[in-house]
Amino acid sequence: MNLTAINGEVPIAAYLILGAILFSIGIGAFLIKRNIISIFMSIELMLNAVNLTFVAFAHHWHAVSGQIFVFFVMVVAAAEAAVGLAIIIAIFRTRKTLNVDQINLMQN
Amino acid sequence: MQLALFIIFAALAIAGALNLLLQKHPINSALSLVVVMLSLAVLYWSLGAEFLAAAQVIVYSGAIMVLFVFVIMLLNAGEEEHTTGSRAAYFAGIPGALAVFCLLSFVFLREGKALGSVGLSTAPVGAMSNIAEISQVLFTKLLLPFEVTSILILVAILGAVVLARKEEQQ
Amino acid sequence: MHLTDFQTFLLLSLLKVAVVLVITLTAVAYTVLLERKVIGRMQNRWGPSRVGPFGLLQPLADGIKLFLKEDLTPLLVERPLFLIAPIIALTCALVSIAVVPFGAITLYKGVDLFEVANVNVGLLVILGITSIGVYGIALSGWSSNNKFALLGSLRATSQMISYELALGLSLVGVVLRAGSLNLRTIVDSQSAHGALSWNIFGGLQFVAFFIYLMSAYAETNRSPFDLPEAESELVAGYHTEYSSMKFAMFFMAEYANMITVSCVATLMFFGGASSPFGHLTDFGGPIAMGLQSIFWFVFKIFAFLFLYIWVRSTLPRFRYDQLMSFGWKFLMPVAIVNIILTSLAMALHARV
Repeated sequence: MNLTAINGEVPIAAYLILGAILFSIGIGAFLIKRNIISIFMSIELMLNAVNLTFVAFAHHWHAVSGQIFVFFVMVVAAAEAAVGLAIIIAIFRTRKTLNVDQINLMQN
Repeated sequence: MQLALFIIFAALAIAGALNLLLQKHPINSALSLVVVMLSLAVLYWSLGAEFLAAAQVIVYSGAIMVLFVFVIMLLNAGEEEHTTGSRAAYFAGIPGALAVFCLLSFVFLREGKALGSVGLSTAPVGAMSNIAEISQVLFTKLLLPFEVTSILILVAILGAVVLARKEEQQ
Repeated sequence: MHLTDFQTFLLLSLLKVAVVLVITLTAVAYTVLLERKVIGRMQNRWGPSRVGPFGLLQPLADGIKLFLKEDLTPLLVERPLFLIAPIIALTCALVSIAVVPFGAITLYKGVDLFEVANVNVGLLVILGITSIGVYGIALSGWSSNNKFALLGSLRATSQMISYELALGLSLVGVVLRAGSLNLRTIVDSQSAHGALSWNIFGGLQFVAFFIYLMSAYAETNRSPFDLPEAESELVAGYHTEYSSMKFAMFFMAEYANMITVSCVATLMFFGGASSPFGHLTDFGGPIAMGLQSIFWFVFKIFAFLFLYIWVRSTLPRFRYDQLMSFGWKFLMPVAIVNIILTSLAMALHARV
């Protein structure tokens, strides 16, 4: 185990493992939850975990392009959230339910 | 100091993520996700990314999650029920997540020594502030992606307005 | 006993936080009294004048009344969210004061005495905390299990997130001129020649100042943008179901937000703690200079609070659709034009 902290310094691998934990919780939530909006939120959790990994590596290699990539990921997540929630609202208008198990037929 | 910050906010982030998984009503999940994002913002700050920490708070938790909370409040669909699909998903979901986690942490632990460490005393203090460095690269080398993202946001706005509009009563 | 540097820093910071908190809460209480007296005088009546000389003990009476009222929690509310919402609102209102510099830079054992936290991205911290404050309002309406409260809170939330945009954009002009997001740097860049070098006059940011002022009035849900909480509309908006302590927290949060907005306006556009006469009135050692700078800062805050109250008693209320179209169709484009013109002026000035 090379995760020991020396002089109160935190190894970068610790940040990466935190990212891995958040990412796998996101995958678990994506597969387990039945509400569309909760599934969407687990996607946002996965994106955040990836952002943490990018920032950790940007610090390690002193390259600011890692942080700029996180900036772009945030912008894309914002656009995706807006369009995705609009689609969810449109689905709710016709199906009156947000449970993915009940939205499995292409009607109308 | 770095260690204390890391442990507190990492524990908060993991607790928030687990709460997102375990709560039945989507609004509780949304608020747990806000807690995760805010603790991640603190972790970004401890890694020297001040502008990103502020952008995470303003954009991600202050705008995107407010949009989520709005939609949950307006649609008001209530708590989720357990159907046959969700029982089966427990058997696929939890082992799958554990498998991904084990793979990733194995790789990171193997390379742990090569990755170095972070400390408040070893933080690099450059001549330029963090935001000056970001804008130096963003507006010269990466200008084209920057402009393309603005078009992307415009397209997303138009798409959202068209999709969520009420149908015209004929 | 000899303390290390870090322990000195920690102790002084805790002391600063305690002092700032006490002063802010007292200021909030007396702002309520100020508002009632000023509105009363503008309507040709006295305002509260019975409790204490000139009504000065009225906040004490109000506080006692609010704390001793029965704390009613209706059935079927979502208890955790019902309890958290006013806490979020009050916390976000009070935390923004932490990055505001009150006076000239005065170092004591290496610690700046007049600013609690000198953060490199101080302006973004204030904007971020404003964004988080929206959750207090959204959750209060939702958890009240009351259709009118939900409608009021949704209106208030969409109003706040719409005007946050114009708020942030109007401050970009100031940041361009100062070259930094650090509030100390922005204040120092305006202290060269007294009133002429303030950002509103010498910095030519008067358009940005008015945009900021209007957006701030909408952000703090004050007249003429106070549709969500007006007495004649929608019962009482998002704090219908709240009583006693929790209502007091919303109330305090609103006035603390007013004080924060006034602080930011003086820092950005009116030179913060610098005196309008510039360096002509410099005399005395660091203590006298510090006290002078605090005096000017408090004077400017007081002027802004007076302006807030004056506008409230004068202007009629906006309707909701007028409010939203004003924010999106007028304030945001004008703020963007202001950014373009400021950067154009700076680029031309740099070439010459």
